[in-house]
Amino acid sequence: MQWETVIGLEIHVRLSTRSKIFSGASTAYGTEPNTQACAVDLGLPGVLPVANEAVFRKAVKFGLGIHAEISKRSVFDRKNYFYPDLPKGYQISQLYLPIVGRGKLEISLNNGEESKIIGITRAHLEEDAGKSLHEEFRSMSGIDLNRAGTPLLEIVSEPDMRSAEEASAYMRAIHTLVRYLEISDGNMQEGSFRCDANVSVRPKGQVQFGTRTEIKNLNSFRFMERAINHEVGRQIDILENGSEVIQETRLYDSDKDETRSMRSKEDANDYRYFPDPDLLPVIIDDDYIEAVRHTMPELPNEKRRRFMQELGLSRYDATMLTGSKEMAKYYEEVLAETRQARLSANWVIVELISALNREKLDISQSPIDAKRLGGIIKRIADNTISGKIAKQIFEQMLTSKEDADSIIEAKGLRQITDTGALESMVDNILAGNPKQVEQYRAGQKKVLGYFVGQVMKASQGKADPQQVNRILRARLEN
Amino acid sequence: MVLNDEDVRNIARLARLQIDEADIPLYTTELSRVFDLVEQLDEVNIRDIIPMAHPADAVQRLRTDEVTEQNQREKFQKLAPMAESGLYLVPKVIE
Amino acid sequence: MTEQYSETIAGLSKDLRDKKYSAVELTQYFLRRIASSNKILNAIITTTQEQALAAANEADQHIAAGDTNPLTGIPLLHKDIFCTDGIRTSCGSRMLDNFIAPYDATVVAKLHGAGAVMLGKTNMDEFAMGSSNENSYYGPVRNPWDIERVPGGSSGGSAAAVAARLAPAATGSDTGGSIRQPAALCGVTGLKPTYGRVSRYGMVAFASSLDQAGTLTTDARDAALMLNVMAGPDHRDSTSIDHPVPDYSATLDDDISGLRIGIPKESFDEELDDSIATQVNAAIKQLEARGASVKEITLPNMKKAAVAAYYVVASAECSSNLSRMDGVRFGYRCEHPKDLADMYARSRGEAFSREVKRRIMIGTYTLSAGFYDAYYLKAQKVRRVIAEDFRRAFSDIDVIAGPTTPETAFKLKDKTDDPIRMYLSDIYTIAVNLAGLPGISIPCGFSQGLPIGLHLIGNMFDEARLLNVAHQYQQDTDWHRQIPEQIQPGDS
Repeated sequence: MQWETVIGLEIHVRLSTRSKIFSGASTAYGTEPNTQACAVDLGLPGVLPVANEAVFRKAVKFGLGIHAEISKRSVFDRKNYFYPDLPKGYQISQLYLPIVGRGKLEISLNNGEESKIIGITRAHLEEDAGKSLHEEFRSMSGIDLNRAGTPLLEIVSEPDMRSAEEASAYMRAIHTLVRYLEISDGNMQEGSFRCDANVSVRPKGQVQFGTRTEIKNLNSFRFMERAINHEVGRQIDILENGSEVIQETRLYDSDKDETRSMRSKEDANDYRYFPDPDLLPVIIDDDYIEAVRHTMPELPNEKRRRFMQELGLSRYDATMLTGSKEMAKYYEEVLAETRQARLSANWVIVELISALNREKLDISQSPIDAKRLGGIIKRIADNTISGKIAKQIFEQMLTSKEDADSIIEAKGLRQITDTGALESMVDNILAGNPKQVEQYRAGQKKVLGYFVGQVMKASQGKADPQQVNRILRARLEN
Repeated sequence: MVLNDEDVRNIARLARLQIDEADIPLYTTELSRVFDLVEQLDEVNIRDIIPMAHPADAVQRLRTDEVTEQNQREKFQKLAPMAESGLYLVPKVIE
Repeated sequence: MTEQYSETIAGLSKDLRDKKYSAVELTQYFLRRIASSNKILNAIITTTQEQALAAANEADQHIAAGDTNPLTGIPLLHKDIFCTDGIRTSCGSRMLDNFIAPYDATVVAKLHGAGAVMLGKTNMDEFAMGSSNENSYYGPVRNPWDIERVPGGSSGGSAAAVAARLAPAATGSDTGGSIRQPAALCGVTGLKPTYGRVSRYGMVAFASSLDQAGTLTTDARDAALMLNVMAGPDHRDSTSIDHPVPDYSATLDDDISGLRIGIPKESFDEELDDSIATQVNAAIKQLEARGASVKEITLPNMKKAAVAAYYVVASAECSSNLSRMDGVRFGYRCEHPKDLADMYARSRGEAFSREVKRRIMIGTYTLSAGFYDAYYLKAQKVRRVIAEDFRRAFSDIDVIAGPTTPETAFKLKDKTDDPIRMYLSDIYTIAVNLAGLPGISIPCGFSQGLPIGLHLIGNMFDEARLLNVAHQYQQDTDWHRQIPEQIQPGDS
């Protein structure tokens, strides 16, 4: 039987605020356990939550980024369950009236060759829980509540994805968007961007959804694809054996590359949601939304379209260059320096990215900044150097702080464009290779390449190859 | 009776309250009587009425995003039944 | 009361400024009264002698420097629901028997900042759930007018302590009548302000949308002095309302002629004790004699429907509010839990009383899947109907008057086996919390030696008028000056 996979994602994005969503404790990552858990975060008797304005601004920004309805009135609800890392015995979240309503996001597939619109059901604000640490204490778990109360935006998609690749592309698109919007650092190692996937399969052509499972703990794009593929396989095996998939929460174990049922969630299906009486409704007016709209940067999809339409870049190049905010920023800085859209795109994508990949570096860690890279490209564009020399300069820049012009000067790499000098070089080469001259004149035009190579060699690569070509032809044809 | 003993056991489990088995029937009776009292809600005409979550129809005041709290771990952890190396300890959490 | 000491905050404050006695002497005097009477009354859980004397000493320095305000050097008690930095805050529960609050409630901090001297923490029904103060881990409080009877609850310790003059004033909290009902049963003045008038920060939550901090004092003038300090918005409580705080003392002496009083006919029914009806009617006559006019009104849902809505809303909120009592970060943890589930169930099962467990279970059930609409949502709608009833009533009246309770103080153990009968002892006060309105109970007579309370309800933020009316009434009567004979200490 042909099976179709159906996937919906719930992505938790930690909003980058200084203080927590309901308390004045710091959100800084990586501090000593429980040093950033204040009385409110600990849920001590008598404390009350007070909502942080910044989280609303960031949530509205996201809402505008996915062209969603912004709720003028949103309400916090309590989600009740017991867990040691949940200090109050309830999580403050938004069930009935989330801040962001229905929206949509275009994702790129097959290196930007195709695209698809994914529906976003809602995005709501909530507080994060703490962490349980299981290793250090025999038979006990240690609870660190530093993370408790850090603001999260939970983004819930429609079940619109049909493969792990689509799910991964969507996850990347959300990741790119929140980084563009500067509402989250998106740091996956630190848990700033976490994903749960609802996965089901159904016979191809069937309208009704199959029974789904929820996979938790998908903290990298790669793990998510693997976990989904594994889970899809598991479900198909079950169905093909004539059994039924059980609706449950499963945890992905990246070491074993498998999902397993989560015992801790067995009893947790009755969350007893009700409006949090400690918090009043949050009212947002049009002026607020408009003020946020004014702070909106160009969105990744808009930027990609502009790169294609106004700069004449290919879909592939435009997709690559808008893949992250840093990448786009880098490219635009190079462009500002060179005013050479396609040449710059080529250099960033081909030379820079492969060099960075070699060194396992991120664009933000690039040893060559945009201005320096732009310096090389400018000299290619004005014929000061050839592409080949440019690559040498580029390699040298990876390990030095010098700019292109000073390397060109210091090493005398300026392209030889003086016709007289080039003519005498050509003459020398032709004089030294009479046999090849014969061959050329006999009709073996390919020999021209040999001469060009010889001239370039003699000039240590500095000769302008176009000029050399022209002079050679002139000499050989007469 | 609105509730039976099994309901009461389920509620107690959901609320993480250990109740002696011998006390269950009495809880069942008492809780059922409370729910009989609650039936009075049906005497009121609530058609087209918007639920009221707060006495004051006020709106949320928001806090500026500033760090105002200092580390008070030592003070807070003195209150803990069990803490070590800055962590609160509980019987093993199984995920 | 001995001749030497005045019995109101206003009187004591004047004497302190006149240097008739020092704040330290005054504090010592009340500490002696507590030492001799509390064994019988059990009104106070924790006495903070050392801190009290230090604070009194500081107050004396301010007095010597002429730097005073009305509460400088005034001893008072806090209900043990208010967090007090470095001092046990038990909420009357085994769960918090070992809980040394690491911070001050806003109310505590404000009163301390105004120079008041905390003598200790008063007994209460566990987590403020109860109407007789028999539901405390620290044992029942006794009514100073008859120690075989209850003081009411949940602020029973505060009411009994003020009635017995163990302190001139105490704080309380009122979720369904927890200040006004014990005030009535103990013959003191109990004020529940408008919801959000006083910060809830640091007041251990029972039902967040109903809880309000208030005062138990001998008279309305003292209540005004306390409220002047306690009222106002708090940046730590987003449900506290940013509404101007008037000087509540300034309007106490205003003429009340022309005052329009509404009398809900539902308050005078077959459940009301005849002697209470008689005294309450007499009190209303007294107000008419001062020029007030009276009109019958109807609040059809103020009783049974209100009680029903209250038990749904309050229980739902408390079931969630008390989830933090889990034995992880503070409070009681059972011995040798065999696993995490066992730790939760036994810690909570062992530390909560039967009444608290019952309420948590009611709330858990009403919020659980499939029942939310039938209970919680419906109760919230009834709540609005009740609030609307009041709003309409206040369109042409200024205050509502009636009895605070259907009967006077009942015998200990009289209702402990019947939660429903116990719940109905708040039948006249509960609707006020649902609507968020201010209410006050003031002494208006006795029946067989037991105090009776007159209940006045005001419009939103109209505490000043309630206090004005109460004060005017207290100009003509001396019910509030009566002191229970049997606890008058001979040797203070």
